[in-house]
Amino acid sequence: MWEYAPAPESRDIANLKPAYRMFVDGQFVEGSGEPLKTINPGTEEVLAEVSTASKSDVDTAVKAARRAYDRVWSKMPGSERAKYIYRIARQIQERGRELAVLESLDNGKPIKESRDVDVPTAAAHFFYHAGWADKLGYAGYGPDPKPLGVAGQVIPWNFPLLMAAWKIAPALACGNTVVLKPAETTPLTALVLADIIAQCDLPPGVVNIIPGAGDIGAALVEHDGVDKVAFTGSTEVGKTIQRQLAGTNKKLTLELGGKAANVVFDDAPLDQAVEGIVNGIFFNQGHVCCAGSRLLVQESIADELLEKLHARVSTLRVGDPLDKNTDVGAINSREQLARITELTESGEAEGAQRWTSSCPLPDKGFYFAPTVFSGVSQAMRIAREEIFGPVLSVLTFRTPDEAVAKANNTPYGLSAGVWTEKGSRILWMAQRMRAGVVWSNTFNRFDPTAPFGGYQESGFGREGGRTGLEAYLDV
Amino acid sequence: MSDRVTVAKTYKLYIGGAFPRSESGRSYPVTDSKGAFLANAAQGSRKDARDAVTAARKAFGGWSGATAYNRGQVLYRVAEVLEGRREQFVTEVAASEGVPVKKAQSLVDTAIDRWVWYAGWTDKVAAVLGSANPVAGPYFSFSTPEPTGVVAVLAPQQSSLLGLVSVIAPVIASGNTAVVVTSQDRPLPAITLSEVLATSDVPGGVVNIITGRTAEIAPWLASHADVNALDLTGAPEPLRAELERSAAGTVKRVLRTKVGEDFAVTPDLSRIRAYLETKTVWHPMGV
Repeated sequence: MWEYAPAPESRDIANLKPAYRMFVDGQFVEGSGEPLKTINPGTEEVLAEVSTASKSDVDTAVKAARRAYDRVWSKMPGSERAKYIYRIARQIQERGRELAVLESLDNGKPIKESRDVDVPTAAAHFFYHAGWADKLGYAGYGPDPKPLGVAGQVIPWNFPLLMAAWKIAPALACGNTVVLKPAETTPLTALVLADIIAQCDLPPGVVNIIPGAGDIGAALVEHDGVDKVAFTGSTEVGKTIQRQLAGTNKKLTLELGGKAANVVFDDAPLDQAVEGIVNGIFFNQGHVCCAGSRLLVQESIADELLEKLHARVSTLRVGDPLDKNTDVGAINSREQLARITELTESGEAEGAQRWTSSCPLPDKGFYFAPTVFSGVSQAMRIAREEIFGPVLSVLTFRTPDEAVAKANNTPYGLSAGVWTEKGSRILWMAQRMRAGVVWSNTFNRFDPTAPFGGYQESGFGREGGRTGLEAYLDV
Repeated sequence: MSDRVTVAKTYKLYIGGAFPRSESGRSYPVTDSKGAFLANAAQGSRKDARDAVTAARKAFGGWSGATAYNRGQVLYRVAEVLEGRREQFVTEVAASEGVPVKKAQSLVDTAIDRWVWYAGWTDKVAAVLGSANPVAGPYFSFSTPEPTGVVAVLAPQQSSLLGLVSVIAPVIASGNTAVVVTSQDRPLPAITLSEVLATSDVPGGVVNIITGRTAEIAPWLASHADVNALDLTGAPEPLRAELERSAAGTVKRVLRTKVGEDFAVTPDLSRIRAYLETKTVWHPMGV
């Protein structure tokens, strides 16, 4: 492995402030909840203090969103809404570097990912949906589909800004107003997005952003003034929310966990497949609901592929999220690190063979060296449970039918991958794998025009594309 | 000359293409709208519901894998066979719902036409709801609707045939398979419909029909891990929230419908969309 000189991005660019406040009714205000300290998972240092919402703040925010909906946003022509949303897209691009650095500081993801994926894709999401605002009659839901009202949205910590964009952009385009709760450990970029929204002169109350923990998320989705709930996060919490909403008229969409199969056939271009496998599981430290965490390799090439994979993973640089050479950044929190560690130990205890990269890890911060388990059987926890970390489980198969059976042997169904040179086999596999997104000879591609979402216990509803509009329309 | 004694019909369940009695051995009397005895219907049980889910799951691969053209012809065939037994359904609907013959004729006619309407959708849904996605990169990305899987349908309590057809046809048109709990007090047209399905090239297990107490059977379907979606149309009001809570245990898709849905109106696509997943496939472009 070559030595690289450190190439850190300057943290000054993040324009970090000592304190952040919640954004309600067009104003940054103190929340009456217990303030939280958000830390840099790469160093464990405190980044800023963030005021959080209490239950009464949730009520205030929902009422502000309702007022904005009734008085302004639902009456505004789509062509005017569109221009506000375009403004947001442009400002995200203008402040892209600031957002990227702040995201890496708060979340721990490598700067090359926040810079090249999270921020540009967030801007693209606003830009794409802006155009829908005055074209909803062409979306296939009738000539004049109506919005739902106030959307309560709860998002996770793995893509803090991007998930905010995925939630807010379609809601606004369809004419809804929003109360969004960012994740407890990653509230900062959502609050900078609030600043952008304020600078774009969006009418007060159209977007409200209220940091807080899970209890505030629960209070938001339960609030009587909310017409629509969108949640991205764990399947466990998703089920709780679905139960909470039982018997109400609130529309619900859920984007939950996954345990994606990434299937490699013996005719696949192996070097290319190795790159895809690495991207599939080590992108964003494996904190990806659609991560390719179950590698299914055709038995005849398993040894060769595993050798190439170990060699490639050994070259991954784990460390300072702000370093432009870093491939794998910090695990988002101590809790998540403990969960990854516990599940990894279960893999060893259940008899899988563990291989872990010998890469150096920083002394401070939450880091986990890339790990590959081979000899994994379907019954093991590491083959069934979402690890949400840089840990790959490798299983083998002999026939295409066996590959399909193993790929589908999960209650999840968010994504899947297939690697083969044979086009007919790609389509055959894509048709049979029960997953909302199938990447063939690639992995982890996202675009606002391409609907994303799961089968089975990976949730319901889609985000992106024409299909994604349904979640925010009364149809 | 005395009147001929007619051959009375035995109404049974319809599971996996066969007509079994309830494994529980129970039956219950069904009366017409004025309380006169019509027949005994099988009183389905938890075990019957589970058998029906097993049959529906077994049929899913074949039915969802059939071509849309094939499914369209099968649904159209249902309309053909139903048309041939029109008079029988008019009699049963009139008795079950207590409506005049003229009204019953109109309900049956609309039910037949509903099959034709959905038959025409099987090979159009993918074009209307799918897409080629213009992604910003060298990839071909496309999205297609796919059936969710096994759908548990609580059929409307009032509309014994038209309502029933209106909730079954959209489920199977797109390739799902169904476990249907009929109207509790008006179950007879449903069992006669199953005879139509059995002779219309609908593969066994694609539609399974259970008669009995909705409140008894529905909770087992709502919590069943191999059921993917739940239609609450005929759910008793006090039970709806609890059924939804059970359904959350495996993140089922739940169709909440407005009470008093008018089935005479030509539907939109919402019932088809309710049981569809969207699958997005990406493939790189290059030489």
